[in-house]
Amino acid sequence: MTQILFKNINTADLHTMKVYEAQGGYRSLKKAFAMQPEEIVAAVKTSGLRGRGGAGFPTGLKWSFLAKDVFPRYLCCNADESEPGTCKDRELLLKNPHLLIEGMILCAYACRIETGYIYLRGEFHDLSVIMEQAIADAYAKGYLGENIFGGGFNFDLHTHLGAGAYICGEESALLNSLEGERGEPRMKPPFPAVEGLYAQPTIVNNVETLCVVPYIVNEGAEKYASIGTKKSAGTKLVSVSGHVKKPANYEVVLGTPVREIIYDLAGGIRDDNKLKAFIPGGSSVPMLPADQVDVLYDYESLAAAGTMLGSGAMIVIDDSVNIVETTLRLISFYMRESCGKCTPCREGTRWLYQIVEQIMQNAGQLEHIEKMEDICDTMATNTFCPLADACVSPVVSSIKYFRADYEKYFTNVSTSLA
Amino acid sequence: MSGFTFSDEQEKEITRIVAKYPFKKSAMLPLLTLVQRAEREVSPAAMVAISKKLDCSPAYVQSVMSFYTMYHAEKVGKYMILFCINISCQLNGCDKLLEYTAGKLGITVGETTPDGKFTLHREECLAACTEAPMMRVNDIYYGALTEQRIDDVLNSLD
Ligand SMILES: Cc1cc2nc3c(=O)[nH]c(=O)nc-3n(C[C@H](O)[C@H](O)[C@H](O)COP(=O)(O)O)c2cc1C
Ligand code: SF4
Repeated sequence: MTQILFKNINTADLHTMKVYEAQGGYRSLKKAFAMQPEEIVAAVKTSGLRGRGGAGFPTGLKWSFLAKDVFPRYLCCNADESEPGTCKDRELLLKNPHLLIEGMILCAYACRIETGYIYLRGEFHDLSVIMEQAIADAYAKGYLGENIFGGGFNFDLHTHLGAGAYICGEESALLNSLEGERGEPRMKPPFPAVEGLYAQPTIVNNVETLCVVPYIVNEGAEKYASIGTKKSAGTKLVSVSGHVKKPANYEVVLGTPVREIIYDLAGGIRDDNKLKAFIPGGSSVPMLPADQVDVLYDYESLAAAGTMLGSGAMIVIDDSVNIVETTLRLISFYMRESCGKCTPCREGTRWLYQIVEQIMQNAGQLEHIEKMEDICDTMATNTFCPLADACVSPVVSSIKYFRADYEKYFTNVSTSLA
Repeated sequence: MSGFTFSDEQEKEITRIVAKYPFKKSAMLPLLTLVQRAEREVSPAAMVAISKKLDCSPAYVQSVMSFYTMYHAEKVGKYMILFCINISCQLNGCDKLLEYTAGKLGITVGETTPDGKFTLHREECLAACTEAPMMRVNDIYYGALTEQRIDDVLNSLD
């Protein structure tokens, strides 16, 4: 299978400048600097690359939305990686930090940006040390700093550590956090490309997204666009975790059947149990039951199946599990991570938690399921940021596909119980 | 409030950090992190010291600090154990292992051992799901946990 990001990921000492350069690293810069910045934006558009952080927004289009002629502009790499099930950025940062730096230089050149930050979640302190070393080495080589290659282009790059808050992965919360504030999301619009960091035009892109850019510059946009499907170009890193024999990050060509990912790449279900459900894009997207395992892994096919590709985390659940337990764990996560700004999110997550907990203590009533759906209705699309919608996903999909798991808790319970 | 001063080395580090940003206030999280790592807590006196560095009020520092789970108003243990309990770890049996770890340390989740050596926290996803079940002890990630491996890790720390 075509490998772009993971082609040489297990090469010894790839994180060092020497090995990275020996593997052809940083060679895209010369080519890029001979192009007009707009040509690179156009190439990224043509490539069909979509954001790998969760929303799947077309990357080239985002770059072209920067407010015209407003400077300075900023680039923020989103390395907050906190979506449950997702651990692909961690592997890239750990093993191939220079690829990210190269991608960020290309983005900065294309978007006329002179300052960049890599916002790493606080728990990634170990990675920040690796990243800082790589940045220092890139400065020493003249890839970063002033007047790069004598072409008059300047780019400074810094790391910035968060401090434990899932919501800081949301791009506007990330910007607040980077400004030294509480990590609460901002009202949108204006979008960051118009008014972002320090109220200046800002590009926020995920680690994996930026890591693809050197390939597009080196190999050409058409080549990237020819991989995958029409609407889902390229490859995607998929973190396969849960009940599989070989949990790992796999790079798959978009359009690969989920069955192949679970059974061929990840070795199938552990203990040869039966597959019960899978969550294809991280905890924030609806789960699907086992009978949909032939769905193709790309943006449009997963959308047609009523779910999303999200961050590319495939959580695999076998039939030993009662889905209600899993759902409660996810609700608990969103309840704890809600920033509290919007009432439907702050209160809704808590109510859902209380109701499901009650159900699991055999103290629920059948009407409780309707009440949950009602609460979800109020939470969905009524809040500042999509965290509330993210919490709704597992709840609604678990009721839709695994109602029987809820009903198990109602046996011997009269529905008229108070 | 007095009683907190930065060491010379920390002063140098602070100068380096503040220079990364066009506005000082962006150094808020890095300075809180610097203090938390050195002191294992962020005391009111430290908040005052940070506020002076960043030209803001101590109350503002506290309002930011209280938002993030990695800053602690009360001193945490020499080793901070963050035990992931989110979905991929749950599916791989983390609940029993967390209980085991708490039992071994003789504390309940959220507490610090009386000798101040270990603090045990339940943690949300730490982005190492393919290595579930996992925990983070200070800066180090430990995956594929079993009771045996937890014993080995904890015994190796002095
Ligand atoms: C609650 C929440 C958490 C998010 N967490 C992350 C994250 O950890 N990493 C990430 O890259 N994007 C995350 N996002 C998506 C970002 O808001 C944003 O869309 C993304 O960083 C844009 O980069 P991309 O276009 O390259 O994907 C999150 C969004 C929400 C609503
Ligand atoms: S939806 Fe939730 S997390 Fe998002 S801004 Fe509102 S309260 Fe905060």
